Amino acid sequence: MFDIIIIGAGPAGLTAAIYARRAAKSVLVLEATAYGGQIINTPDIENYPVAAHISGFDFATKVYEQAKALGAEIVFEKAVEIEDHGTEKAVITAKNRYIGKALILATGSENRKLGLEKEDSLVGRGVSYCATCDGAFYRGKKVAVVGGGNTALEDALYLADLAESVTLIHRRDSFRGEEGTVARLKEKPNIHFMYNSNVTKLLAEKRLTAIEVTDRNGAVTELAVDGLFIAVGRIPENQNFAALIRLDEAGYIQAGENCHTNLPGIFTAGDNRTKEVRQLVTATADGAVAATEAVKYIAALS
Amino acid sequence: MAIIPVTYEHFEEEVLKSDLPVLADFNADWCGPCRMLAPILEQIAEERSDCKVVSINVDDESELAEQFEVSSIPCVVLFKGGKEAARSVGLRPKEALEGLLGEN
Repeated sequence: MFDIIIIGAGPAGLTAAIYARRAAKSVLVLEATAYGGQIINTPDIENYPVAAHISGFDFATKVYEQAKALGAEIVFEKAVEIEDHGTEKAVITAKNRYIGKALILATGSENRKLGLEKEDSLVGRGVSYCATCDGAFYRGKKVAVVGGGNTALEDALYLADLAESVTLIHRRDSFRGEEGTVARLKEKPNIHFMYNSNVTKLLAEKRLTAIEVTDRNGAVTELAVDGLFIAVGRIPENQNFAALIRLDEAGYIQAGENCHTNLPGIFTAGDNRTKEVRQLVTATADGAVAATEAVKYIAALS
Repeated sequence: MAIIPVTYEHFEEEVLKSDLPVLADFNADWCGPCRMLAPILEQIAEERSDCKVVSINVDDESELAEQFEVSSIPCVVLFKGGKEAARSVGLRPKEALEGLLGEN
């Protein structure tokens, strides 16, 4: 039996492992694919304190090595189900059943994709899912943002101060996002709007060079852009916990800043929890909080 | 068993003449996904006694990379009875790599 089982080896899960090991708890980290989580897609992190420039891959590798050196056991198996038996919790993978006193669910979320050809291979070469991460690479360039929610609107605002021009493409005729933000967008001279339109094709050589936009009437426009920021929502990876853990309508685990879920002894950390700011620094912060709460929970068991 | 680093000189003996199926991981130090794949392959090497895992650095062993037409890494090639039986390109989950062994 482990003291703490952490599901997900991204920044939140691995930071939780570091804190739990430093509290002398036995720790198992289960990871479905490879360590690092979505931060590995960021070529250059510039907003993490102290590390003025670090690649997402280097960041992930350092956190992974730190957690391992402290004695966390990291196993590459996907958690398909969890069970709550009071003082014991079980995590089921395709091959094994692991028992722990406390669980930390740190599975993160994935970007909803447009589903276009070449979308995956152009990530980091003109296609981005994170304006605050990658916007600085588009200083003085032409970009487009696709989406109609708050993230898309905020991305467009953020990019308007960096890029030469920003085209905001939305499939409806009005935005779901906050009106205040919409008003601020309309004041920016370099933001252009394309309503009732979808991005239907990515044109690229080595990098993205243009996008094809199709409007409701079927009219096709080719728009030359250096960058396309896709902000059409995120999908939290909580499906396998839904039977036990209370999720919100969008599928995020309902939890406050203390990272408690609806079940005692089961905590959550990082992007798969309900929160306002989903950033690297808030993911690692969650890891610290969730591990500390889990340690407290275990202490109260005995 | 640990992962065995293999060079051109030992390739025939370690891989082609191996009694066990061999997962050959073509990688390079500068390749991020290769480094992320390494602990997954280490775990397979430790857990399974019915296969061997070897590591081939494509910068040092360009002849091998060329011979097996490895043009994109990470690339894991399954060798059975001295021949390539399957390959997996890119960063794949552990199950996918074990699937190579299971299906071939």
